[in-house]
Amino acid sequence: MLAMSYRGPLRVRIDHKPMPEILHPQDAIVRVTRSCICGSDLHLYNGDVPDTRVGMTFGHEFTGVVEQLGEEVQKLKIGDHVLVPFNIACGKCVFCQQELYGNCHESNPEATAVGGIFGYSHTAGGYNGGQAEYVRVPYADVGPTVIPDGMDVDDAVLLTDVVPTGYQAAEMGGIQRGDTVVVFGAGPVGIMAARCAWLFGAGRVIVIDHVDYRLDFVKKYAPCEAYNFRSLEDPVVFIKRTTDSLGADVCIDAVGAEAAGNAMQTLLGRKLLLQGGSATALHWAINSVKKGGIVSIVGVYGPINTLVPIGNVVNKGITIRANQASVKRLLPRLIEHVQNGTLDPKALITHHIPLEEVSDAYRIFSAKLDQCIKPVLMPPSARM
Amino acid sequence: MKDTAKDYSHIKGWGVDADPKNDPTYPMKHRNDGEQAGYSWERPPQQPTTVEVLHSIERPNVTAVFGTSTPPSGLSGMIRRIAFKDSESSYGHWLPLMLADRVNMVEGVLDDLMHGHVPNIVGELGWKAEWKHNRTKLVRRVLVRVALVSTAVAYLRSRRDDS
Repeated sequence: MLAMSYRGPLRVRIDHKPMPEILHPQDAIVRVTRSCICGSDLHLYNGDVPDTRVGMTFGHEFTGVVEQLGEEVQKLKIGDHVLVPFNIACGKCVFCQQELYGNCHESNPEATAVGGIFGYSHTAGGYNGGQAEYVRVPYADVGPTVIPDGMDVDDAVLLTDVVPTGYQAAEMGGIQRGDTVVVFGAGPVGIMAARCAWLFGAGRVIVIDHVDYRLDFVKKYAPCEAYNFRSLEDPVVFIKRTTDSLGADVCIDAVGAEAAGNAMQTLLGRKLLLQGGSATALHWAINSVKKGGIVSIVGVYGPINTLVPIGNVVNKGITIRANQASVKRLLPRLIEHVQNGTLDPKALITHHIPLEEVSDAYRIFSAKLDQCIKPVLMPPSARM
Repeated sequence: MKDTAKDYSHIKGWGVDADPKNDPTYPMKHRNDGEQAGYSWERPPQQPTTVEVLHSIERPNVTAVFGTSTPPSGLSGMIRRIAFKDSESSYGHWLPLMLADRVNMVEGVLDDLMHGHVPNIVGELGWKAEWKHNRTKLVRRVLVRVALVSTAVAYLRSRRDDS
């Protein structure tokens, strides 16, 4: 089968690989119909995530048709068209029982801090991902969800990560009616977080980024205020001035490790890899939020130490809330939102690219070429 | 939630201000009686270990399922095995893994060559997309790099001639 293959920082290609096999009685084999490239895949692509091995296939946002089932799978049947949450979750451990499906304790032997994630290095379990024609899906009775009748597959594939992560970013913000919410990052997750902030009753939503075409998009899509931090003298001072000098009620870091805007963070976090990423957005979030406010983090960082102004967290009495999205917990509500038209995820998709052109797809997304917001890879069988 | 008051009844005032609604993890976490039960759940069946799996020393076992995508091999695999002797809270774990990743990149090129495949590095870098959508910057970047390398080579040659 065809599958994306990581070769080293900034180098990926399409290779022929053996078909995946059932390795566990609760596995399924799925024929992929859509597979996105996620902003967090770029951390892998750039070589920032430890234990990313050459030959691995990335891809944790995908839909597909069930082709094979392990003997213990009961809820799915051959031919079901499913969306597959990016979390690999057993459903039995104490964390899954508490609906912390991103923190499963039975899916990632290599690290205890995060559960298994499809195609996300051995630090997240060593699973091949969905940027391929076929993929092995463990715990098939827990995560995969049959795509409801009438739902567009482009909407469904964004329910595997982008929509729940953006929604949970807003949810973790504990937004109260009338709150001012600042979202750092106008990538797909930041755009969705800004859109979802309104669902929780925000009174004002501001997005900060440095990519003009994405700011133009979010301004219309969310809809919200949007500012380019390169045109602001200091984004923190700007937020203070526009909030009666007090700060925002809620700040959301939807950028993570690849943040621009601070030379020292960029040098230490992105060039020298001496910390778990460039924490510029998180730094701004902590300093822009009101005393007693909430900072919600969904941006992905590496596992090693990262410089953040922790003293200000203490002195301002800030609550920090963060996690990988618990996709399974959120899906019922989010499917409702998509079905009744409250949310329109597929509007984020700017590119459908053949799987065979995966090298170009990564370059387009990474370098923000051709006004790309969200690229979707299309395997050959899905293009027929 | 589990009533554990009787366990602490000898402590005056234990739990008098407990407020289940004061939970900063709400609504992410559905609290249940598993809070204090430890590692006691009924585990899923164990996936047979058909490849080498390195596991964190912060857990006692290999998880019930695991990925088999790219088992450790070669020099990078040796470095990874050393890394997994340290915990996830140690640089001794993560920095060797980053080193192993870079070694693995070279191993990948050598493996390609040994199998008679010359990697198309320009293609893997996605420069076709750059050429299509970002031609001016791509050309500028290549010219700058060529100029830098040429200058460095010329400098080294001049030093060699001087000596």
